[in-house]
Amino acid sequence: MAHSTHADHADHADHEHHGPPKGFIQRWVMTTNHKDIGTLYMVFALLMFFIGGSMAMVIRLELFQPGLQFVDPQFFNSMTTMHALVMIFGGVMPAWVGLANWMIPMQVGAPDMALPRMNNFSFWILPFAFVLLLSTAFLQSGSPAGGWTLYPPLSLQGGDSFPMAIFAIHMMGISSIMGAINVIVTLMNMRAPGVTLLRMPLFCWTWLITAYLLILVMPVLAGAVTMLLTDHFFGTTFFNAAGGGDPVMFQHIFWFFGHPEVYILILPAFGVVSEIIPTFSRKPLFGYESMVYATASIGFLSFIVWAHHMFTVGMPLAGQLFFMLTTMLIAVPTGVKVFNWTATMWKGSITFEPPMLFAVAFLFLFTIGGFSGLMLAIVPADFQYHDTYFVVAHFHYVLVPGAIFSIMAGVYYWLPKWTGNMYNMAVAKWHFWLSVIFVNVLFFPQHFLGLAGMPRRIPDYSAQFSEWNMVSSLGGFGFGLSQLLFPLVIWQCVKGGQKATNRVWEGAHGLEWELPSPAPYHSWADAPPAEVIARGTISH
Amino acid sequence: MLRKSAFLGAAAAALAVLAAPAQAAWTGLNMTRGVSTLSGEIYSLHMLIFWVCTVIGILVFGVMIFSLVKFRKSQGAVPDTQLLHSTKAEIIWTAIPVVILVLMAVPAARTLIRIEDASNTEVTIKVTGYQWKWQYDYIDENVSFFSTLSRDSDAARQLDSGVDPKSVPDYLLSVDNPLVVPVGKKVRILLTSQDVIHAWWVPALAVKKDAIPGMMNELWFQVQPDKAGLYRGQCAELCGRDHGFMPIVVDAKSPADYAAWLASKKPVAAEPAAAAAAGGTPLAVAASAN
Repeated sequence: MAHSTHADHADHADHEHHGPPKGFIQRWVMTTNHKDIGTLYMVFALLMFFIGGSMAMVIRLELFQPGLQFVDPQFFNSMTTMHALVMIFGGVMPAWVGLANWMIPMQVGAPDMALPRMNNFSFWILPFAFVLLLSTAFLQSGSPAGGWTLYPPLSLQGGDSFPMAIFAIHMMGISSIMGAINVIVTLMNMRAPGVTLLRMPLFCWTWLITAYLLILVMPVLAGAVTMLLTDHFFGTTFFNAAGGGDPVMFQHIFWFFGHPEVYILILPAFGVVSEIIPTFSRKPLFGYESMVYATASIGFLSFIVWAHHMFTVGMPLAGQLFFMLTTMLIAVPTGVKVFNWTATMWKGSITFEPPMLFAVAFLFLFTIGGFSGLMLAIVPADFQYHDTYFVVAHFHYVLVPGAIFSIMAGVYYWLPKWTGNMYNMAVAKWHFWLSVIFVNVLFFPQHFLGLAGMPRRIPDYSAQFSEWNMVSSLGGFGFGLSQLLFPLVIWQCVKGGQKATNRVWEGAHGLEWELPSPAPYHSWADAPPAEVIARGTISH
Repeated sequence: MLRKSAFLGAAAAALAVLAAPAQAAWTGLNMTRGVSTLSGEIYSLHMLIFWVCTVIGILVFGVMIFSLVKFRKSQGAVPDTQLLHSTKAEIIWTAIPVVILVLMAVPAARTLIRIEDASNTEVTIKVTGYQWKWQYDYIDENVSFFSTLSRDSDAARQLDSGVDPKSVPDYLLSVDNPLVVPVGKKVRILLTSQDVIHAWWVPALAVKKDAIPGMMNELWFQVQPDKAGLYRGQCAELCGRDHGFMPIVVDAKSPADYAAWLASKKPVAAEPAAAAAAGGTPLAVAASAN
């Protein structure tokens, strides 16, 4: 991406490596540079957003009106399954790892990630994993169609796509675990002297906790899918009642992974928003320490709420009460975060550049997703909401204007630092306004559909659901088209534009803003001096 | 605010375009109150938590919008960089949500305990899920039949069938043989499956539970005595290709009509095998429609 022009930075001029290697293979395939690997992750994630988004377009096209017009129900099920797998494992998670790669070393004054060779490996597994997963579309059995949750016995009916999907998931898991190890080792060992844990930016803190969640739960997913594999091919009966197993046990194991997983998707978003709101409010983050503790509390609670995804499997009353109460409890630290962000804006001096616009939209719309989450925690009501479009609306509110908006906010926030150029603010603002309008047209009516009784994962529906589905589909098409502006802005910014200053944003505060723009290929080869640390880290 | 007004404008425009046909049914915005003894209570819980969220939302969004309008740099706002934390505020906004949640948990737990009390049921029906139909066994009554998507819906739902789904009555929500239950009696449903996991859901009865192969789940409902009628639902757990096409219809009849229906379905002593086999024939449909 950014061809380094760091000669002006005396600290680094004598460094052994002056810039990126020349050849494409040497530069991108064999790279151990955290910025190049970050770029690879981000480009990969963007590609997956568009592939997964195209699948969503197929879904919304078929649901535009009642009756089956375009696709077979089996193909429709493949689309919902693959959309989820591609967006979660190919879109959001790699985007966060990409942002971590780019920003964590620059934010803590480290020259690179702690384990650069492994960093390369953890990225380059991913394209193979997704080629394998996506190639299932060419099998006679089609792509996996049993839902991304892979519940047996249905997932065992998946034909040849089933072992391929499991192998792909194993590869993604290995990649994630290596990425997480790298983040933890970097944050624990590579911080510049003076950057204590409680002087780290919130993005580093949320990523540190995310990385622990990843290491704890990805092996659980690996175990669950391996048991599926042996049930299918080697005669075990872990999840088969006829052999003494239990199909529900898979769901417990899956969601013991799956619930922390949703926090893996959203905690780094909390970090990005905690960077952006102070910058554009020109005021330090309110309640820094309580933000750290709230994040840690959410991380802990995420391990004891898993069964709220499966209230209808027939659990004992005591189990239902326990999971209802722990789930409701999550609202407390999440509320603390929302209140702290609001208090950060309070008595600030606010401007609305694109990163702030996306962060403010996150604040409102993620909170709406939080409210529907609180409603879903109420078990008797959940019996009516479960597996309906109400749930679809809930998790898309927390994942699209939640996780994805904050990824976009992060990209718009740091892009000038990466490229050295300002991007086209007008087009970026168009991207924001179109996104924020259409995302609501797309997902808000799905609350109504779910409450009115429309189950999720159906390719066709009763005529009473026609109107809101049509609105939702129109919102979907609008949202999908609007996203084409995003790569346009990025491409133009990479190509050129008005030169960015080192600080880029008037209120920006952090070690990354002490570096030149674009950030040199090797940054902080020497630890930042004490006065830079004092200026660039949290003080309280 | 610009953002709000832009959103409202776009939403209004979208509605205006789509609402043009006078017959457009903009109904179904909310959960049904239902017709069972507990469905109203569940609806009330839903509305309670909805209003709690709405009030909190108005307060929180109100403060956010106020900040975004009042503390704009373009309006000359000067940041108060000393406002870093406030122990008092942080205790308040931790404690108040805890209190609200405890107050919410009490009625929710009370209703949940009632839902889980399946004692003293009067009728027991075993429901078995198949890809993609339901089987209903009236325990101890020797009555058993399958329930599948009605033929006109099935014809219309084929890819490019050319049939307008809106011309089919109760499209995708009608079956050949509905489940018949008496009103005013506590009906126990035992749920299981023969292949993959399904879920049996009738919104008006506010019941949803998974039908799991090799396991037996239990739920119950009691239709209010004055609420005889047809109540429709769908499978609510992805179960393969035709997951969207295995509806549930519950026909709640008065106890007398139910007894008559049950008698008509019972095998005649002389030819029990033939009658049992007739469970799914059009003749039986005609009989059950009385």
